Parts: sequence; C-alpha cells; structure tokens
Amino acid sequence: MTQYETLIPINVITGFLGSGKTTVLAQLLRAPDLSDTAVLINEFGEVGLDHQLIEHAEESTLLLENGCLCCAIRGDLKDALRTLFSRCARGEIPQFKRVVIETSGLADPVPIAYTIMAEPVLQYHFRLGNIVTVVDAVTGADALARYPESEKQAAIADRIVLSKTDLCEPGDEATLRAKLAEINSAAPIIDAVRDGLDADALLTHDIYTPEGKRAAIDAWLGEQDGGHEDAHAAHTADVSSFCLWFDEALDWTAFGIWMTMLLNRHGDRVLRIKGMLNVEGVADPVLINGVQHVVHPPTHLAGWPDTDRRSRIVFITRGLSRARIEASLAAFNALANPAPSGRAGVAAE
Amino acid sequence: MCSLCGVLGGRGHWTESASTPEAFASRLDATTRRRERQERTAIANRILTHYGLTLKDWGGSSYILSTKTGRTVIVDNLSEIWIAAEALTQGECDPLDDGLLADLRAS
Repeated sequence: MTQYETLIPINVITGFLGSGKTTVLAQLLRAPDLSDTAVLINEFGEVGLDHQLIEHAEESTLLLENGCLCCAIRGDLKDALRTLFSRCARGEIPQFKRVVIETSGLADPVPIAYTIMAEPVLQYHFRLGNIVTVVDAVTGADALARYPESEKQAAIADRIVLSKTDLCEPGDEATLRAKLAEINSAAPIIDAVRDGLDADALLTHDIYTPEGKRAAIDAWLGEQDGGHEDAHAAHTADVSSFCLWFDEALDWTAFGIWMTMLLNRHGDRVLRIKGMLNVEGVADPVLINGVQHVVHPPTHLAGWPDTDRRSRIVFITRGLSRARIEASLAAFNALANPAPSGRAGVAAE
Repeated sequence: MCSLCGVLGGRGHWTESASTPEAFASRLDATTRRRERQERTAIANRILTHYGLTLKDWGGSSYILSTKTGRTVIVDNLSEIWIAAEALTQGECDPLDDGLLADLRAS
C-alpha cells in the first residue's frame, strides 16, 4: 500500500435539488463498514441523519489569483476538515476512517475536489474518493437539460445513483439512462430502488483500493471497444464523452507536458479524464484520473487485464473536439518518439 | 515546510514519476529524477520555442522560463510553466492550436 492510499478517503455525494442525496446517504451509513465515517453536509434537509459524526459547513469559496472557479479553496470545507482532524487527534471525537461530504443541490463539486487535493494541510491527511451523483429518475432529465449544474454533477461522477425509479415511467427511465451514458460513459449507473445501495461499490472501493482498481477499469473502459470509429462518439449539445486508443506506448514526460498544457488552457472544459496508459518503459499500466484542473497522483494496475496493451483514455469534455485532442496528443508524443504515434481507432459510447 | 517563508510545500507534482514511485515500480530501466527533468526540459523547449520562450532547469528543483528579451520567471512544475508562459507572452498557449501542431510536426 502506498503513502497516498493510506490517507483518509473523502467521498462526495452530490446531486441536484431534491434528488434524494440525504436519503441515499442515510441508507449508506447503515452499512457496518461505514460506522466510522464522519459526515459533512452543506445544508440540512428534511431527511434526518442519525449519525454520530455530523458537521455542518456554511458554503464559502475563496477564489485563487488565477480566478478559475474550479481551482478555488472552499474555506468552509477547509476549516471543517481541519477542525474534524484536530478534534479527532485530540480525542474529542471518535476516530474516523472516512469522510462523506454531502453537497448542496446547486454546488459545483470540483472546488471540493480541489480543496482536498491542493490545500496545504489537508493534502497530507485526506485524499479524494469516489464522487457519487444522485439523479432523480422523475425530474433528472429535465434538470440535466435545463441546469448546467446538474449536467456537470453527472459528468464528473465516478458513480451515478438513480433515485425514485419506482415513481417514473419505464420509457422515461430508459431515456434518462441514455442521456446519462452520453454525458458520462465511464460511470456505472446504479438503481437505488431495484439494485439497492452497496456501500463498497459506491464508496469504499475506488481507484486507490485493490478491490476498486479492476472495477474502475471495467467501468471506464469495459464497454468501449477500440475497434469502433468516430460515428460512435457520444455527444450532447455541450458535454461529450469519448475514448481515445493509442497503439504505441506513450512517453510519460511528453504526456505530462501535453496534459498540463491542455488543462491550463481548457481545464474548465475538460470535466473528467480517466485512463489506463501503456507508458514507454513501464511494464504495468499506469492509471490516470483527473477532474478539471485537479489531477490525482497516478497509480498502477498490477498487470494488464488482458492481452490488449493499447493505451486508452476516456475524456468527458464540454465543447472540445475529439479529433483535435487526439491529433494534439499524438503530435506531442511524437516529440519523444520520433516514429509516428498511431492510433488503432477511437470508440465512444 | 520552506524554512524561509514558512509555506508548507505540497506533494510532488503528479507529472514527476519520482513523486509516485509505486505507479512506476515496474519500470524496465532505471530513470533518475535528474534524467527525467532533462527530458522534460528538452521536450518542453520544443513547444516553448513556438512562443519565443526558453526553459532551463534550475538546480534540479525549479525551472527558469525566459523570453528572448531576458524577462524570466521561476516556476516549480509543469502546471506553473504554462501559467507563466501565458503571462510572459500575453497570449494563449494552446496545445490544440493548429499552428503549434504544424510546427511540432515539422521540427
């Protein structure tokens, strides 16, 4: 286990107004594995939470000098997490192994991710776990279409939970699922009513846990066959989701230069990047995971899942062309590898 | 923590393989941090020359980004390089720009 993996994971539960976030959270907290979980909530809803460690954070955001909204330290969250940790260290509250943050319905979860990853003190004690987005099966399609906040919450999710499916027409649910798959093809969709809520699958298993790595790869890439071409590129009016495949190994240095440059100029439109890379000179696949400007430390998979050694990267973007991203990465990779950097094909679901 | 200014330092930048050695544990050949910085500087310069900028490694801990007229900025990592490059040039450093990509392919 690495140093990063031993940090306290923080899960974010988000979702539009009235989507049922607190109900989902209340159900999850009944799981024995989550008994030592601290909960931070932005707003008190009608659903009561019977949990021993609940703190309330007033939302406030401190913009950094570059003015980017996603690269903002949430002052309230910083204070709440620091206080939580120090009270625990002093023995004033029970030890906790996990934190769950429930956001307000209109919140952008990215500043929360940035705060956890970049705040000078927090980054040594906490790490970002799965982002779970709750979508109301009855009103979700309307919210996705009308409110960019809702669309973004779905786009950056690691897991999507459909609530209230027992109250909606089957046809409407199918339409909503298709829409969610277009926005975020890499996140599994869980039906809270019919499937139930598995705390492991939703919260405790993530890319930094051994159990979660394989599942993450399956979720990101399992349904995306590299043999398909551009016609399968999933897109909505704003948000598009696609997967790039690269035949040749990627040079890590060139990739880092390219991705930092891409995120600097277009980070507000690159909602998520998730990938399994065949890095030149490295036997095992390297996993990358980013939320807008926030990039997790890379991790690896112990061996390739199959005989396919191609790099594959899922992009969820707002208004960026798949072809331009692909051509750009290939050109940068060629700087380190003079031989042409080819691709076998692109698939997107 | 920096002993001069008291600011807590962060983890190593995600692009530096030395900051997450476990992710690169299956590396087939030994790559030193110094060699990776040299390669990073060399490749970055292939791009930065398009904008009239030059990058130099500074003591293995920072980088110096310079314009042709001698204006310089000290940066710590790749993310800071692009912010500084745009500030120095008063323009956009866009990896999707066709002109840049044409230059890279021709170089």
